[in-house]
Amino acid sequence: MTLSPDFFGISYLAASIFFILGLKGLSSHRTALRGNLFAMLGMALAIVATLLQPEVHHYIYIAAGIIGGGIVGIAIATKIEMTAMPQLVAAFHSFVGLSAVLVAIGTYFSHQANGHLDKVLLFELSAGSIIGAITFTGSLVAFGKLQEILGSNPLVFPGQHYLNLALTLVALGFGANFMMANHFPSFLIMTGISLLLGFLLVLPIGGADMPVVVSMLNSYSGWAASATGFTLANNLLITTGALVGASGAILSYIMCKAMNRSIISVILGGFGGEHAASPHASAAGKPVKSVSAEDLAFALENSSKVIIVPGYGMAVSQAQHAIKELFQIMKEKNIDVKFAIHPVAGRMPGHMNVLLAESEIPHEIVFEMDEINNEFSTCDVAFVIGANDVVNPAAKSDKTSPLYGMPILDVYKARNIFISKRSMKAGYAGVDNALFYYPNCSLVFGDSKVTCEAIVAALKDSH
Amino acid sequence: MSPTLIALYIFVLACFVGYHVIWGVTPALHTPLMAVTNAISAIVVVGAILVAGSDANREGWGALIGFSAVFLASVNIFGGFVVTKRMLEFFKKKERPSQPEKRASQ
Repeated sequence: MTLSPDFFGISYLAASIFFILGLKGLSSHRTALRGNLFAMLGMALAIVATLLQPEVHHYIYIAAGIIGGGIVGIAIATKIEMTAMPQLVAAFHSFVGLSAVLVAIGTYFSHQANGHLDKVLLFELSAGSIIGAITFTGSLVAFGKLQEILGSNPLVFPGQHYLNLALTLVALGFGANFMMANHFPSFLIMTGISLLLGFLLVLPIGGADMPVVVSMLNSYSGWAASATGFTLANNLLITTGALVGASGAILSYIMCKAMNRSIISVILGGFGGEHAASPHASAAGKPVKSVSAEDLAFALENSSKVIIVPGYGMAVSQAQHAIKELFQIMKEKNIDVKFAIHPVAGRMPGHMNVLLAESEIPHEIVFEMDEINNEFSTCDVAFVIGANDVVNPAAKSDKTSPLYGMPILDVYKARNIFISKRSMKAGYAGVDNALFYYPNCSLVFGDSKVTCEAIVAALKDSH
Repeated sequence: MSPTLIALYIFVLACFVGYHVIWGVTPALHTPLMAVTNAISAIVVVGAILVAGSDANREGWGALIGFSAVFLASVNIFGGFVVTKRMLEFFKKKERPSQPEKRASQ
């Protein structure tokens, strides 16, 4: 078949436009599904056009890969629990990374056969392979931490950053040798070191910073696609990779800002986990007020306005469906219920919104931090479910707290505060929560799902 | 201008497009955004197809590499789009509040 190069140019341009429209669709709930459809169309167009490329001669491996990958992908995507989304996304990032590495190696083979190996191409191949390799192993570690195969505590050892720096320089050295001398083993060594670097870069990052890490790897997977586009002189890959890279970078920025951390300090790692327990944990000797779920039900029943603050603990105990029942029964009793979501609640951006949407909480009553923060002072009850650091007033008042400066949900301004909590353990950042010792704050100990179910039962009885 | 420089132009301009489009995404949809960008970043499948379909990689390591690259990218494409669709449908349902409960609390 002899299709002109312009045919491919136009098809790829159309695919890029579909991708941009797809992302634009996510600017509102109404257009989001259509956006996803646009993105699918773009991908289908890109694949079909590529299959028609003159250098594609053998279809058997391609067909096997697409069909096999399609079956596996659809099977995973339809079964996965929404609480496991962060892990899934991390796993998928690792696939893109590995795929980019494989494409770099395969492209080297095919271009070697054609004799089209110049220094620029070798440089681009190196870049694609390094970024892909770091994305691959970095995402594997992130997956391991989120899936709790690996401990979420940061792994820190002396000289870590120097080791990483040294490894980076060595990898770049082998890359330079590959470029100058077209020495393929150098390329493999460079890729190997990059794989190691991916592990080492994410291992020291603690659980509290996971939303940033997941966003950052999202960004890397985009840059890896862009780098692949440079090697193949393919504008579609360059454009699309840049879109994804920008997306991940912006999400990382938003997450960092929501934690008042700099991206550098996140990358350097070591934040969060048990060892970080600060002197503030000594406050644990102070008395807290512990009440039963029935007491909380009574307080809710006598409220006219309630704000619920969900956190990762809600996802862990799968409490979102019980919360839905709670919401419904409160609505029947004409209590004004709203949900307040901190940008870093959960383990990835927007995670809580998806969980609440899954349990059919209308998104009109789910608010972002900035939208709802001034309403806490007018609510009768703020009910915190499995959130901790994001409601810690020490972030505002205590200059010595590691959380100081982080924007928080102003739960402490509520007339009555109830916190559903498993135990007195400190939050993910390892910092004691000053809120627990407020006189208007009561803790309801136990699994949040069980607590919510008990509240629902108590509210039903009081009919 | 060299082809590499033209590619750089496109790259830089695309970064700006991405920057502006992504800031418009509502924070409530950040998880679907990540899932869909994940699917989209599997555009490396284009490179994977070119590798897997080339004469040079007809057999041996090249074939294995080509197949694996297509396979991994495809898992991402199909998985990413399907899971995004699933999530967005949760948000869609809310438009009709009086829908019967579909899912018992587990």
